[in-house]
Amino acid sequence: MHFVVCIKQVPGTHDVRINPETYTLMTEGVESIINPLDMYAIEEALRLRDRLGGSVTALTMGVPQAESALREALAMGVNQAILVSDSAFAGSDTWATSYTLAKALEKIGDYSVILFGKQASDGDTAQVGPSVAAFLDLPQITYVRKIEEIDASRLVAERVLESGYEVIESPLPCVLTVIKEINEPRLPSLKGKMAARKAEIVKWSASDIAADPAMLGLNGSPTKIIKLTPPPPRRGGERIEGEPDEIARKLAEKLRDIIIEAAS
Amino acid sequence: MTNAPINNIGNLELFKGVWVLAEQADGQLESITYELLGEGRKLANELGTELSAVLLGSNIGNKAQALIERGADKVYLADVPELAYFADEPYAKVISKLIRDYSPTIVLCGATTVGRSLAARVAITVNTGLTADCTALAIDPETRNLLQTRPACGGNIIATIVTPGRRPQIATVRQKVMKEAAIDGSHQGAVVNVALTPDLLTSRTKRLRHVPGESATVNISEANILVAGGRGIQKSEHFDVIGDLAKVLKAGVAASRAAVDSNWISYAHQVGQTGKTVCPKLYIACGISGQIQHLAGMASAETIVAINRDPDAPIFNVATYGVVGDALEIVPRLTAEFKKILGR
Repeated sequence: MHFVVCIKQVPGTHDVRINPETYTLMTEGVESIINPLDMYAIEEALRLRDRLGGSVTALTMGVPQAESALREALAMGVNQAILVSDSAFAGSDTWATSYTLAKALEKIGDYSVILFGKQASDGDTAQVGPSVAAFLDLPQITYVRKIEEIDASRLVAERVLESGYEVIESPLPCVLTVIKEINEPRLPSLKGKMAARKAEIVKWSASDIAADPAMLGLNGSPTKIIKLTPPPPRRGGERIEGEPDEIARKLAEKLRDIIIEAAS
Repeated sequence: MTNAPINNIGNLELFKGVWVLAEQADGQLESITYELLGEGRKLANELGTELSAVLLGSNIGNKAQALIERGADKVYLADVPELAYFADEPYAKVISKLIRDYSPTIVLCGATTVGRSLAARVAITVNTGLTADCTALAIDPETRNLLQTRPACGGNIIATIVTPGRRPQIATVRQKVMKEAAIDGSHQGAVVNVALTPDLLTSRTKRLRHVPGESATVNISEANILVAGGRGIQKSEHFDVIGDLAKVLKAGVAASRAAVDSNWISYAHQVGQTGKTVCPKLYIACGISGQIQHLAGMASAETIVAINRDPDAPIFNVATYGVVGDALEIVPRLTAEFKKILGR
């Protein structure tokens, strides 16, 4: 079986600055990491492979430097890494990103399960997994916290809802987005790190994946960012001081109206 | 790729009306639906167009009136057993077909687990843009485009996004941010029963069973008040202190990653980058230092109370009211004070 994990390289911090002219994030000098939730997707793919046989491919769309995220995935144990990179992809929204990933997945072709982290820590959209499923016309199970059963033709997974969860069966191939509860990602071994350093990374351009240029990057993106601003500063906090009894009394008084309204 | 593009580029003026995708569970409308109707009404008035709700379910026709009373001029009703509960494929197919047939200019959907899975599939199918988790919406007075505002990078950046060249403009909307539409029993609306062909109702995935949540308090995205515990609570037994306060306030119980990783409470309660994003009226952070990953999930709460022993903890930078002290000493006293106020 072939498990493909789609990962994203993201800034390792939320403390990012905005380029005031292009409205893009200034990521120079900021350390890059694999999107934290994608680590769970990588781990789950590795576990599935170890149980069922087959191989794991890590796939990312990004700048050439995103190669370091793929090397990290290789160090964890994925068999193959593909970097889809082209200046034509710059400025992609979730629609164009999903299209690009879907075209790369079409080229891969023999996938059994495509895994994503629930969402990326920079964009926070949770849209790319289900959008790729829609482009490829595949069934999807989002917010997966456990794969209960899997064989060559189907899987059964637990999908978390706002309240409770549901158990869903899907034929393969299918798309899964996973949440943190699903596993505990491994740390790369020393041996894995050494191998990852030497591993060859497959590199595909827009033409390698036969992408329609009109659907790529900023021009292919239906949504446009027209303004980026820092969040409005919060009101200056008020410190409440005194002995514990006094603090509780003062605080309860401050919150009286809010709790009466919220409780009604 | 099998999705035939909808012919919507260059014909923007053909798209009219604001739609709200109603969310229901077990035949009951979720409160996000009323929030979307409240916001949808403002946008529809601004554009001088109709507000419609789309309701999918089984034996759910009796809920159409509730949507009309909350401001819907029209309810598109798809009422068949196959749509009893949310399933990605049939829901996306039915809604995509309705969008193709009726051409709304704006479609709003809750940024819930269901809504985010659904809206993404729909947006690709009808070949338009989608903006996630909006916290403010407005109409641009010049272009008449929908201005979709949302936090990104864990709330450190606020982006305003438009979908200038395609319709409909689809947005998911964060829970608890928009004001619910008020009930107006005199508001009139029409119900359109949607004709459904069998191919729209097929699903390759199958729900084998559904396990309801432990209790309403677990759904922290919906709570008006959240009481949250972190490392400062020190051990599992002490978490009762948080639960007791939550009980008096009829609040949800939330937690930082540190508390969840220590197994004091389950992951469903975790707020922050790898947990849930919440936006309650009141967030009481007890023994939470406020790492950036936690702040990302709660900093947009209306009022924030922080109780922490470390006077330099970053949580105080976002707190409306800050208390430097031991949460285990303060919280039980606070519970007692609230009991008096609320007469519970």
